[in-house]
Order: sequence, then C-alpha cells, then structure tokens
Amino acid sequence: MYNFEFEKPETVADAVAALGAEDAQALGGGQTLIPTLKQRLASPSTLVSLKNIAEMQGVCKGDDGSICIGGATNHATVAAEAGDYPALAETAAHIGDPAVRNRGTIGGSLANNDPSACYPAAALASGATIVTNSREIAADDYFQGMFTTALEEGEIVTEVRFPVPEKANYQKFVQPASRFALVGVFVAKYSDGVRVAITGASNDGVFRWAEAEAALSANFAPEALDGLSLSGDDMISDLHGTGAYRAHLCGVMTKRAVAAAA
Amino acid sequence: MPKDGGIGASSKRREDVRFLTGVGNYTDDINIHGQAHVFFLRSDMAHGTINSVDTSAASGMPGVVQIFTGADFEAVGSIPCGWQVTDKHGEVMQEPRHPVLAHGKVRHVGEPIAAVVAETLEQARDAAEAIKLDISELPAVVDMKDALKEGATKVHDDLNNNLCYDWGFVEENKAATDKAFEDAAHVTTLELVNNRLVANPMEPRVAVGDYARGTDEHTLYTTSQNPHVIRLLMGAFVLGIPEHKLRVVAPDVGGGFGTKIFHYQEEAFCTFAAKACNRPVKWTSSRSEAFVSDAHGRDHVTKIELALDADNNFTALRTETHANMGAYLSTFAPSVPTWLHGTLMAGNYKTPLIYVNVKAVFTNTVPVDAYRGAGRPEATFQLERVVDKAARELGVDPVALRRQNFITEFPYATPVAVEYDTGDYHATMDKLESMIDRDGFAARRAESEKNGKLRGLGVNCYIEACGIAPSNLVGQLGARAGLYESATVRVNATGGLVVMTGSHSHGQGHETSFAQVVADMIGIDENMVEIVHGDTSKVPMGMGTYGSRSLAVGGSAMVRATEKIINKAKKIASHLLEASEGDIELKDGAFSVAGTDKSVAWGDVTLAAYVPHNYPLEDIEPGLEETAFYDPSNFTYPSGAYACEVEVDPDTGKVTIERFAAADDFGNIVNPMIVTGQVHGGLAQGIGQALLENCSYDENGQLLSASYMDYAMPRADDLPMFDVDHSCQTPCTHNPLGVKGCGEAGAIGSPPSVVNAVVDALQSAGKDVTHIDMPLSPDRVWAAMQ
Ligand SMILES: Cc1cc2nc3c(=O)[nH]c(=O)nc-3n(C[C@H](O)[C@H](O)[C@H](O)COP(=O)(O)OP(=O)(O)OC[C@H]3O[C@@H](n4cnc5c(N)ncnc54)[C@H](O)[C@@H]3O)c2cc1C
Repeated sequence: MYNFEFEKPETVADAVAALGAEDAQALGGGQTLIPTLKQRLASPSTLVSLKNIAEMQGVCKGDDGSICIGGATNHATVAAEAGDYPALAETAAHIGDPAVRNRGTIGGSLANNDPSACYPAAALASGATIVTNSREIAADDYFQGMFTTALEEGEIVTEVRFPVPEKANYQKFVQPASRFALVGVFVAKYSDGVRVAITGASNDGVFRWAEAEAALSANFAPEALDGLSLSGDDMISDLHGTGAYRAHLCGVMTKRAVAAAA
Repeated sequence: MPKDGGIGASSKRREDVRFLTGVGNYTDDINIHGQAHVFFLRSDMAHGTINSVDTSAASGMPGVVQIFTGADFEAVGSIPCGWQVTDKHGEVMQEPRHPVLAHGKVRHVGEPIAAVVAETLEQARDAAEAIKLDISELPAVVDMKDALKEGATKVHDDLNNNLCYDWGFVEENKAATDKAFEDAAHVTTLELVNNRLVANPMEPRVAVGDYARGTDEHTLYTTSQNPHVIRLLMGAFVLGIPEHKLRVVAPDVGGGFGTKIFHYQEEAFCTFAAKACNRPVKWTSSRSEAFVSDAHGRDHVTKIELALDADNNFTALRTETHANMGAYLSTFAPSVPTWLHGTLMAGNYKTPLIYVNVKAVFTNTVPVDAYRGAGRPEATFQLERVVDKAARELGVDPVALRRQNFITEFPYATPVAVEYDTGDYHATMDKLESMIDRDGFAARRAESEKNGKLRGLGVNCYIEACGIAPSNLVGQLGARAGLYESATVRVNATGGLVVMTGSHSHGQGHETSFAQVVADMIGIDENMVEIVHGDTSKVPMGMGTYGSRSLAVGGSAMVRATEKIINKAKKIASHLLEASEGDIELKDGAFSVAGTDKSVAWGDVTLAAYVPHNYPLEDIEPGLEETAFYDPSNFTYPSGAYACEVEVDPDTGKVTIERFAAADDFGNIVNPMIVTGQVHGGLAQGIGQALLENCSYDENGQLLSASYMDYAMPRADDLPMFDVDHSCQTPCTHNPLGVKGCGEAGAIGSPPSVVNAVVDALQSAGKDVTHIDMPLSPDRVWAAMQ
C-alpha cells in the first residue's frame, strides 16, 4: 500500500469537496479498494471515507413505495432491513461472507460494477434509479460495460431507489473459488412487464436479456423460455467456464429464477 | 469403555489451548530487536534472459539497508536436491543449479531476482519498484509433452534437454509385462491427469535470520516441517556454515502438507543477509507470493493399462507418466513420481507383473514436490480409476472385482519392490459396506431422480507406504539423507518428563499423543510429560515430519528411549527396595517387588537419580536421561476402503457430495479423536483436489489461478458430514507401537471414489462418460455430458 491522506466527512457536500482534490478517491466498505491498494495497483492521494455520512446510511421506503437504500449502506443491513423487497434482501444476504457483508456497500458495488457482482443485476432488473450527489441516473443508462459506469470523476452514489416488483428472484450460480456469480440472473416482474438482468456472463458486464423479457412478459412461467438461448460468443471464457457454458447457465438460471419467483 | 488417559484415549489436544486463544508462537510472531525486512522482487515473466538488474536508484531510497541480486550469490552454493534418481539406462538424473536469487535467466513466474533489505517492508517495496530490470523474454516451456519434443526451448541451457530422467520400474519386468498384455483377455486403458495443486497451508512461509557477531552463530527461525534437515542442507550445501554454528528453529507451524518440508531460497537468503547486513532479517510471505513460490504438488499426466485374464484376474499393469518438476528440483521432487509412486502401483491387488515408466520434465513453472500423500495419491488415483473402468467395461460389480483380486496373505512381496507386512483388505471393505447402506442406494438414486438429479456411488481402496523410511533402503534408491528418527527423554528430579523429539508437529497434535504414549508406558498422568520439538539446539538430530512418519518412526524412537529410562529406573528401584532387578515391576507409576507389597513411587526413584544419597553409584550413573535413534526396518502400510455418494445437477454440472465413508486400517491407535481429525482433514484435501482445486498456467507460463479469486479451496459447505471408522486394525509388525500412520490416508484415498461416483452418476443417465479429469468443476462435468 502507498501512503495516502484519510478524510472522514460527515456530509455529502464535504465529501464531494474532499473528492475534488487531485487523485482523491471515495472509500466505501473497502472490500474491493483495500485489496487493490494492498497490491499497489492504485495510489490515491486521499481516501474519502463515506462511512460517517448519516444521510447515506440505511434503508427506507419512498413516497412511491420504492425501497431507498443509502449509498453507504452495507450488505448486511440491506439483507436485514430490505424485507419489503425480499429478492433484494436475499441477494444482499448472499454476497461474499459475513465480513464482506458487514463492510461492503451498495454504492461501492455499483460504482465498481464488477462484471460478476450481484447488485448490478438487481439494480438493472429492477429498473432502479441511481442517485448521486448531482443527478439521478436510470439503471439502463448507468451500466456501461465491465467496471464502467455513467459516474463522473468524483461523483458519489448517495442512494439507490428500487421500485418493488410483484414477483422477483435472484439465482446465483457461484464461481467455485471467489463465489462471485459465475452467472447470476435477476428476474423482476412488474405490472408493465418483466425485466431480466444477467451478471457474470458477458464481456460487456451486466446486461438485459430482451428475448426472455418479452417471452416472460407474455407468460411468466419457466416454459415460456423454452427454445430461447443466448450465444456464448461474447461471453466470458476463463478457467471456470467457457462462453458456451455461461450462455447455457444463463438459460438454466433464468428458468430457475422464474420458477422460484412465480 | 473408552480410556480416559494413555494409549487409546481421546485426550483433548493440549496445544489447541494456545492455538485457539491466540497465544501460539508462530514464526511471524518472532520479532528480534533491530530487525530489518526483506522484499523479494520476483519475476513476472516465466522465462527470460536477465540482461541487467540496475539497483543504483533503489539503493539510495529511504530506509534501504542493502540490495542483493543474483551476483551476490555466485560464490554461494546451489539450493540442493535431496534425492538422486537413476534412470532406466543407469544414468543419474539431470540436475540443474538452483540459485538463491536468479542469475543469468529467470525460469518461472515468482522466481526471486533481487532482494531489498530495508527498515520497513513498505520501504523495501518502494525501493524494489525503483529497481530497473532489463530482461529479454524467451518462449515459455509449459506443456510437458511439448517440452520433450526435439528442438524445444530449454529451461536450462546447460542441460541436454528438458528431461530430468526417464525412469523404468521394474525394468527387468518390462518384457514379461508386455507379453502379459499380448496374452490378456481384456485390457482397460485410461489416460488421466493428476491435477496440479497449491498446498495453501493456513500460515504462509516465514523466515527470520539472525547472526551473533560475538560468537559467529547463525539462527534461522522458519516455518519448517524439519528444522534439522534445513540446517544440514542450508549449512552444508548452500552457505557453508558448520552445524554447530547454525541453529534452526521451527516454532509453532500452521500447517505444512509437504510444502514446508523443502529448503527454500528465502531461508538461505535471510540467514545470509543477517550476517551481511549485521541485522536480523525477516521475510513473511504474502498469500500472493505463496502461490508463486511455495512448491506445488502433483501434476502428473498418465496413461495406465490394466490386463485381465478371462476370469477377471489382474495379470499385468503398465503405466506411462509425465511428471512435472517445474523449473528447478525442489528438495524431494525426484522421489515423488518414482519411489513414492511406482512402488505403490500394486495397490491392494495381487497383480503379478507391473511396469511403470516416468518421465520427469523441466518446465517454466514453480517447482513441484511432495504434497499430502506424495506419490501415493497419484498411484492410487490411476489404479482405482482403471480398476473401476475395467469393472464397468466388463459389466461386473466394482467391489467384487476388487475383492477378487485382493492380496490376502501377508507378508506379501509385490512386484514393485516392497513387502507389505500386514493388512486385511476384505475387513476394511466389509466395514465400508456395513457403513454405506449399499442396498438402499437404488432408493436414494430414485429419490434424487425425482428431484432432477443424478446420483452416483463410487468406491475405491487404497494402500500407502508410511513411516518413511529404512535408511539403508532409501539410500540405495537415491536418498541423500537417512530417514531414522531420534528422541531424548529427560526425566526431572520431581518425576516430570520432557521428551525432545526429532518429529515436528505443525497441526498434528504430537504434544498430546506423544505424551499419551510415554505416560502410558510409565503409568503416570499425561500432564507430567512435555513434548519439545522444532529446535536444533534442543533436540537431537531428527528428520522431521512428512510421509506419516511421526508416530511410526519418531514415536518408536521415543518408545525406545523411554524403555531405556524404565530399565534404569528399575535398577534404581531395585536398589531402593533391596530386591533383585528381575523382580521389579512398573505399574501405575510405582515400582513394586513381584509377589510382595513393597513398592516405591516413580517420583521417589526419579528423585534418587538426581539426589543419589542412597544409590548404586558403583553400578550406574546418576541422572535419568536417555536418547534413542530408531531406523525402521520397513515402511508401514495403512490401507482402507472409501465410498462417496454424489448428486450431479445435469443442468449445471454441479457435483455435491451427499455421503462419504472411510474405513481405514491404521494398525494400533493412540488417540482416536486425533486420528479422526487427521482423516477429516485429508478427506477435505482429497475432495478439494477432486472437485475444486486447479492450479493452472496459460501457454506463456502465467499462473491463472494465482489467488483465492481463482483457486478454489474446499470450504465446510463443500463437504458432507464424514463417516469415518478405524476399527479394523492389523498392527504393524515391525515397530514397537504397532502403528502405521494416518496423516495422508484421507487425501490419498478420496479422489478416486469421488470421480468413480460422478462417472457412475452420469452413466446412470445413459451418458457415455468414462472419465473426467479433476477437478470435476461444474463446467467440466457439464461439458462431459454434452
Ligand atoms: C471475499 C469477497 C467476496 C465477495 N463476494 C461478492 C459477491 O458474491 N457478490 C458481489 O456482488 N460482490 C462481492 N464482493 C464485493 C463486495 O460486494 C464489495 O463490497 C463491493 O464490490 C465494493 O463495495 P465497497 O463498499 O467495499 O467499495 P470499496 O471497495 O470501498 O470501493 C470500490 C470502488 O467504488 C468506489 N466507491 C465506493 N463507494 C462509492 C460511492 N458511494 N459512490 C461512488 N463511488 C464509490 C471506490 O472509490 C472504489 O473505486 C466480494 C468481496 C470480497 C472481498
């Protein structure tokens, strides 16, 4: 780890100001960033911890019935307190291990946009709104490929708003070593249609499976997916599975998610 | 009735109190006043020519004490190899020089190129980043078969080629074996890979070098399974330090699994640098470094053939194996695919003719050496897979085929140069069958099918050679060391004992089980016995712990030394009791005169030994301290039968282990709880190898599984509750305790049953799958089903 300054602001405004310094970086739970620093793969001048910002903590219910999660809320809190959106709470409950869940945050996860992370699938399938210090970004516009998002330099995810679906489920097929998603499928059924978001599989990061959404919007049942498949060509191929295997798992996990949600 | 003390009791592990309450003394806990830290700059290239290592900018950086490169070690010896294999043409193996720091060339990712000693580790890392390396990359040699092709890039330019040795065993049997294959009614052939593994002990390696200028004495604290061997190898072959000026201490060690047997460059470096810098020098491996610097395990590619006659008797066995040595020869690397593997190819079966060919190959990868089981898992896996495949091809019950070919008469001389002293393979198989409810399997399979899952049952046997080893025998086979063990038993005046054993405990619980043995022999409380190990300044020359040798060899030395103590104590007692020595009996910690009520307590005798007022000084010396060295006359041969029941999810290829049963014959048992724990740990590692662990390189020699993000270790929820039995006991006939060793059995015996079970499950669904290479990860199982 290289040396850095450490700031612990108590308001979003102070955090934004602190992040204005050259090479300053936000610190959420540190579950991704600290290992990176330890490996000397990053050298921020200042780490701005978001942990003490009260307005970025906790789970609450919005006026429109959506679940609002503060950007610095850790996974364990979401697992325990997002009971109004059970599939979301369940998703949080299966991220990493207890140590990870007690530190890692939703803002950190969405900012990082790891291609195998769980929250991106939940946010995209839910049509969530990512709220930052300066604007609101629709999930459909937010995820822009592996480790890439719509966030600007120094922009902070302060809140994430999830409209609550009628039915939803997340199926995570774990990569045996990291236990991130080898393929994770989040299916959410809203009154105006079904959304299916898949993580872990694609070289372009989390994505929506349009054909499956159309089929499921017409008939929310596993059989609706019969005959549908994705191509493995643009999927991740590594030690843990080929693109073809991942493409196959997308189909299996989507079916299972629908069966579990229905 | 279970005993509550002594041999056979499940005494609680006394060492766990300090391990579990955070007051153990591991090497990283040792910090010496004034110590500096070393950071190794390691190669990120698999193969390259070092043009220059420019340390000029780095040496001026804050906190830097001194920077070392390969040039500083030119006058220093090569990291030695402890075993010389002679090939099938009678030629000795090719043995490359293994420098402390790379010189001329780098030969694997992770090889240390330079070492920065600085006040703090972070300063050392900062300076290491300022070292300018000029290395021309060379093509990497990764695949073993490619490495042996004509004109292949050479890992070592000064060797003839990348072939370390081409070993044939037993060469005299080759023609007869080939003939038996021509005459066979059936031949089963199987090509398989024994996957490469990273040992991953919980505690990474650590070394602290210290040097006392006043006395010219060196001390090395290190995470080792055998401190005396390190002292001998490093002192005599690398640094030229006489043993009386070199102390090696291996304090509490958090797991070894083989990878802490070997002498490593970092140990030599810290010892050397402590003198050069006149400062204690400490290195603690990071987990990332461990992946590219701890010796790896296994990595065999094998073709095995089994010949059977018309009645399904095994008539011959033939194998061809390529064994990866990595870039250099680690301490015991050459012995693993040869003498620890070929000699076990008979397994539990009376196959009359066996021929084993092993080509050991240099590649641009981390050196490969012994890993829990060392050679025997490789043998067991091939044999038990090919036997299973034969049973399927012949349409016979795999258990019946095994039983039909079991060795039943002991001692039994195998065609591969070893003699099994004792065993009862039907007994362990009977026991296993009584544990696994084979009759209920069909119903369980039907239940699984209802849930859309495929269920399979796999069984296998194993035999292994433990208690290594008779020194004269291993000397003939190429070992450059003896493999006896030592013990000193020191009785204090007030009756307590300290046993200094050459065995080393790095999780096995010797402090408990060894104390049980001595306490039992004397009839005193276990808490009166203290076990000391791991310090060359305290313990007589010992060979350390590996190959499940501690109790069988180290324990035997301890028994011999304790017998000497008892004999002398009886002499003292006979004097005190004014009786003839032959009439003295020792029971429950008291000496009595046979047939009388006259007795004297253990503590009175020990006191007399050190306060010899009333003492036979004309016949015996005062004091009560004895040393014994024990050299076994044979290996020990634990054996057993294992069964695994799996469920396979046909949609994803995911395998879950539903049931696992192990029936082992370890001979006599000192502490059943510890034995159970050893089997559990071994099973976890064996199942880890079978389902999860996959150390993999790409074609450029980059390690793909270089962290826990990609290297899958078994976790508790990957494993079922184990059903473990060790009530079948055929005591070893040639050591005083009748013990065989239990440390590796689980890792040796479990992989084949897992793979056999998965093949069984897939075939039950009509899939034409006869083999899948380990690890049976979901993607591989799914691909095999397509
Ligand atoms: C062992 C282990 C297992 C894991 N398993 C899983 C898993 O199964 N599924 C899964 O999804 N994830 C998993 N993770 C990742 C975990 O969820 C992390 O917590 C998450 O990816 C990052 O969140 P963080 O709060 O720790 O962010 P940090 O590590 O602190 O930061 C990550 C990045 O986000 C930025 N950042 C942090 N907070 C904000 C914010 N509010 N606004 C803008 N930028 C911000 C930082 O500057 C940094 O660039 C695992 C991690 C570990 C260590």
